[in-house]
Amino acid sequence: MKNLNNMKKTTKQDMITYAIVLVMFLFCVVYTTTGLASNLFRGLLVPICVNVILAVSLNLTVGILGELSLGHAGFMCVGAFVGSVFSMAVQEAIPSVWIRFPLAFIVGGLAAAVIGLLVGIPVLRLRGDYLAIVTLAFGEIIKNIVNNLYLATDINGVHFAVGVEAYNNTVFDAATKKVYINGAMGITQTPNDSNYFVGFVLIFITLIVILNLVRSRTGRAIMAIRDNRIAAESVGINITKHKLIAFVISAFFAGVAGVLYGHNLSSLVATKFDYNYSIMILVFVVLGGIGSMRGSIIAAVILTALPELLRGLSDYRMLMYAIILIVMMLVNNNETMHMYVQKWFGGLNIKKWLGSAESKKKAKEGVS
Amino acid sequence: MTAMLETKNLGISFGGLKAVDGLSLKIEKGQLYGLIGPNGAGKTTAFNLLTGVYKPTMGNFFLDGEKLTGHNTIEINKKGIARTFQNIRLFNQLSVLDNVKVGLHNDYKYSTAQGIFRLPAFFRTEKEMDRKAEELLEVFDLAGEKDYLASNLPYGKQRKLEIARALATSPKLLLLDEPAAGMNPNETQELMETIRFVRDTFDMTILLIEHDMRLVSGICEEITVLNFGTVLAQGETGKVLKDPEVVKAYLGD
Repeated sequence: MKNLNNMKKTTKQDMITYAIVLVMFLFCVVYTTTGLASNLFRGLLVPICVNVILAVSLNLTVGILGELSLGHAGFMCVGAFVGSVFSMAVQEAIPSVWIRFPLAFIVGGLAAAVIGLLVGIPVLRLRGDYLAIVTLAFGEIIKNIVNNLYLATDINGVHFAVGVEAYNNTVFDAATKKVYINGAMGITQTPNDSNYFVGFVLIFITLIVILNLVRSRTGRAIMAIRDNRIAAESVGINITKHKLIAFVISAFFAGVAGVLYGHNLSSLVATKFDYNYSIMILVFVVLGGIGSMRGSIIAAVILTALPELLRGLSDYRMLMYAIILIVMMLVNNNETMHMYVQKWFGGLNIKKWLGSAESKKKAKEGVS
Repeated sequence: MTAMLETKNLGISFGGLKAVDGLSLKIEKGQLYGLIGPNGAGKTTAFNLLTGVYKPTMGNFFLDGEKLTGHNTIEINKKGIARTFQNIRLFNQLSVLDNVKVGLHNDYKYSTAQGIFRLPAFFRTEKEMDRKAEELLEVFDLAGEKDYLASNLPYGKQRKLEIARALATSPKLLLLDEPAAGMNPNETQELMETIRFVRDTFDMTILLIEHDMRLVSGICEEITVLNFGTVLAQGETGKVLKDPEVVKAYLGD
């Protein structure tokens, strides 16, 4: 306990974030193993994990680097397709899912990171609205390229085509033909390896990497650039390098989320990774609080579950979703509202109670 | 002995406008040097030339004998010139301590991977940085506010923090752009003492731009007066300030 009080404020905050994810994980374990969980709930778990990873990684670009990126779904798309193709290709060579799946995450994440680097080098010269528009365009370009991509193998080797005409003109050896990516039809036999357990492990890895980055020398430099680029330059901070580090790590985890997503359902199409998906991730980040990883997690969980929970309202579902979004935004950013909440619930002192409960639990579990 | 800073015929023109035209000055090590002049005389432009924000279109400048003309801001900072800004530029959302620690990045290094995986180098270097930053804050009487956000500091302390951050980059030459702007006489007095103190404790060479004549005549040993980009007068502070040309430039005929 004493040790806990001596901890840095930021470290304490991070511990609370980890604890919240741990609580969510334990809740899922208990809820699913006791058989209380509905199929709907089970089906939601992996998408929630995917969205949490996306929100946290986008928050690195938007909240920590301070640049608006609207192409996050594009990086996710790269990760999803590369990861899925990898898994299909090595399914026979590496039968153990324990080795294959982690490798798929690394391959998918690295592919997204490479695309992030290629996009980042020209794009990060821009600022503000211009950067947002160009990342939006890159996201769409990636989606459209993948949507027209054909990848198949036969005994003669790998066949690769962009556009349906080129694909139809390719001659295959019919007996050994194996299609990986079938243009707009996407990938149809991805292995269903994803589950919420893997999802939570990935959330933890994402959080550890990104929070540790933010609290390190590199993270401090990135935030310095966000706060004042000219001053950062004047104390010798390399702007381009640090912007690229943040952008590439952000893209890497978008790719990882894509791999998780790609291995969840057996079909994978590129059109899913459109502009709307990018905006949805941005909504998680903005509503959760720009720069706050914990906020991103909570917003991603609530806003992923909400449309499903509102299914009972049938036609009014998206209307309610929109209203709840607006209310959340108003409440989150309103000083008067904070005052009222304090007044009504101040006596309960929820925050303090939450803090001490969590620290007790951590002390018990020996996490420090 | 070579001068700490020497500029030779330094100048820049934007189109037809010669913002700084043939600035030559010599600052010895440990000197407190003033750069004054009416509004629009080119003082801040001169600072921007010395810190690589603009590339000079004529002339050269040397730090401790080393030619720095043509280098960019980052390189020049690493070579040993640090500055503060006329309109304060702090990292507002970072803590006071972190502001100084960003300044320490030149001297204290570990890789991104070492930071992410929390390898021993991370803990060791961060600890040293904390100690060094706290020492610097102590000098500027800011140690009590080290966990505040920089934007929450009062104005005078923000100015001091900016100086502390510049010093953290361990420069040879410190450029202060109107350090007393917006300060009341008491704060100015305190600032004068701080500047003198910095010079003495860190054995620093300081070049400052200032409008407050009390501060200039109080602490600067030598000054250069700029007017419309050209040098109007140069030399010992007391003498230069009495120069009729200088008085005319400031007060009119």
